[in-house]
Amino acid sequence: MVDLETDVAGLHLWNPTMLASGFLDETGGSLLRVYREGAGAVVTKSIGPEAREGYPNPTIVELDVGMLNAVGLPNPGISEYEREVKLALKGGAIVVGSVYGKDPPEYARVAASMASYGVQAIELNLSCPHAKGLGTEIAQSEEAVQEFTRAVKDAVHVPVFSKLSPNVSDIAAFGKAAERGGADGIVAINTVKAMTVSPELKMPVLANKYGGLSGPAIRPIGVKAVYDLYEAVDVPVVGVGGIETGRDALEYIMAGASAVQVGTGIVARGTGVFESIKKEIASLLEEVGLASVTEAVGVAHD
Amino acid sequence: MIKTHIVPLLDVVRETHDTTTYRFRADIGGEPGQFVMVWIPRQDELPMALSYLGPVKGVTVRVYGDATEAFTSFRPGQRIGIRGPYGNSFRLEGERVLAVAGGVGMASLIAPIEAFSHQGARVTTALGARSAKDLLFVDRAQSAGEVHVATDDGSRGFHGFVPSLSDRLMDRHTFDQVVTCGPERMMKLVVDSALKRNLKVHASVERYMKCGIGICDACALDDRLVCADGPVFSGEALAASEDFGRWRRDKSGRRIPV
Repeated sequence: MVDLETDVAGLHLWNPTMLASGFLDETGGSLLRVYREGAGAVVTKSIGPEAREGYPNPTIVELDVGMLNAVGLPNPGISEYEREVKLALKGGAIVVGSVYGKDPPEYARVAASMASYGVQAIELNLSCPHAKGLGTEIAQSEEAVQEFTRAVKDAVHVPVFSKLSPNVSDIAAFGKAAERGGADGIVAINTVKAMTVSPELKMPVLANKYGGLSGPAIRPIGVKAVYDLYEAVDVPVVGVGGIETGRDALEYIMAGASAVQVGTGIVARGTGVFESIKKEIASLLEEVGLASVTEAVGVAHD
Repeated sequence: MIKTHIVPLLDVVRETHDTTTYRFRADIGGEPGQFVMVWIPRQDELPMALSYLGPVKGVTVRVYGDATEAFTSFRPGQRIGIRGPYGNSFRLEGERVLAVAGGVGMASLIAPIEAFSHQGARVTTALGARSAKDLLFVDRAQSAGEVHVATDDGSRGFHGFVPSLSDRLMDRHTFDQVVTCGPERMMKLVVDSALKRNLKVHASVERYMKCGIGICDACALDDRLVCADGPVFSGEALAASEDFGRWRRDKSGRRIPV
């Protein structure tokens, strides 16, 4: 029997799969459903200080290689979101609260409220590549990543994970910056900046023109990022980007991820994707002679 | 490659003073009750039920905002984007069906009405609208079976709301199945009424959507998604729902009254 349990900075998970932020996480009902269907933990939609409608549609484009989105951080605001988080927690879910804001004090304020609702960890959305003036600038400055992480770290008593953008030349340096800011873990990667144009209509398809690419196309980018981060930082890394199968998850885990997040994989395989990935990880670990997930973390390194 | 089909409009048909059908050719399949995401370039992308299946498909939409208003100025030859079809569908369960439509809900129900009739069922339609000028697809429903009309102002047929009319029909006739689409409070009355009579009932629910493919959570109904688990839900599921007939989400995800 393969042991699927893992630990991310004190956050104990019965299995290494987590629901990625931005997917089925605007409502408590959906968060709880995904947890009950097999995710080891669920990450909330990125929540800010006030309600935000997001961009007009089209906000997502399905591609043969993945998915492009520019949803624009829609969320009901931290006060309204209390009901949703508490609904999920009451049902027994392990919830990681994803937050954003315009400056360090605002991040800290939203994170403190989120933590007060009872979430087991905080994830910082530093790298949402499609909200002008919100994500992009923070995630692309090492100083900002350190400063924002520090502000939140000082405001809460639960583990803080900084989610990094792949839209930088050296992600390891950003991982170190987050670590200097006190991050208890690193989540990598957020979506890759991308655009698609309709030749027939002679215009970009997304209303926001560009957005973030997710899905199988970005998996090798994410695996490389996690591999580099694992070498560069001492805190645990959570891998995300294009994971649809247990095999995909193990690529990340062997590159150094202590846990993985799944989002776009839900499109291809439904909410049953978490249960499927768990089974596939167990069977593949057994095949290669490893007894547990924790034993597999980072084995791809020399 | 994007999976959105960019297709020219073949026909634009004004159905009523505020409701228009847009026809296009797209080799995407489609079951009665399913919907597509319709990209109206430079405006919006909106979920719309297929009002015509077959090779030349159609969607029928009432003007309710800037994008649907702008859409009415589109002419044949102009291109739109179509992705889907998405969601589940209405399934025939029996031989005698009562279809209860309210207003533009008929756009979702006309495909199942025609499909059920084609499959050999006896379909009775109760069609409600504010006024005679708002009635949609009366001729198509008549070709598929019997039609009873209700108008709020009494300008045609039964003077009153369509749930009262459908109650009368359920009292007087035997049905194996009830299907409904329309304003949510109307559907709730029809669902409750059918369940009270131990009739199988299914309703097509509408919610604001962004993705249409079961990930963005904008269309959450309790812990279900209208886009992926619906839009067609059983009466039992809806009777157990905390949200149906009461709560929906705005664009930011805030819970607001229906």
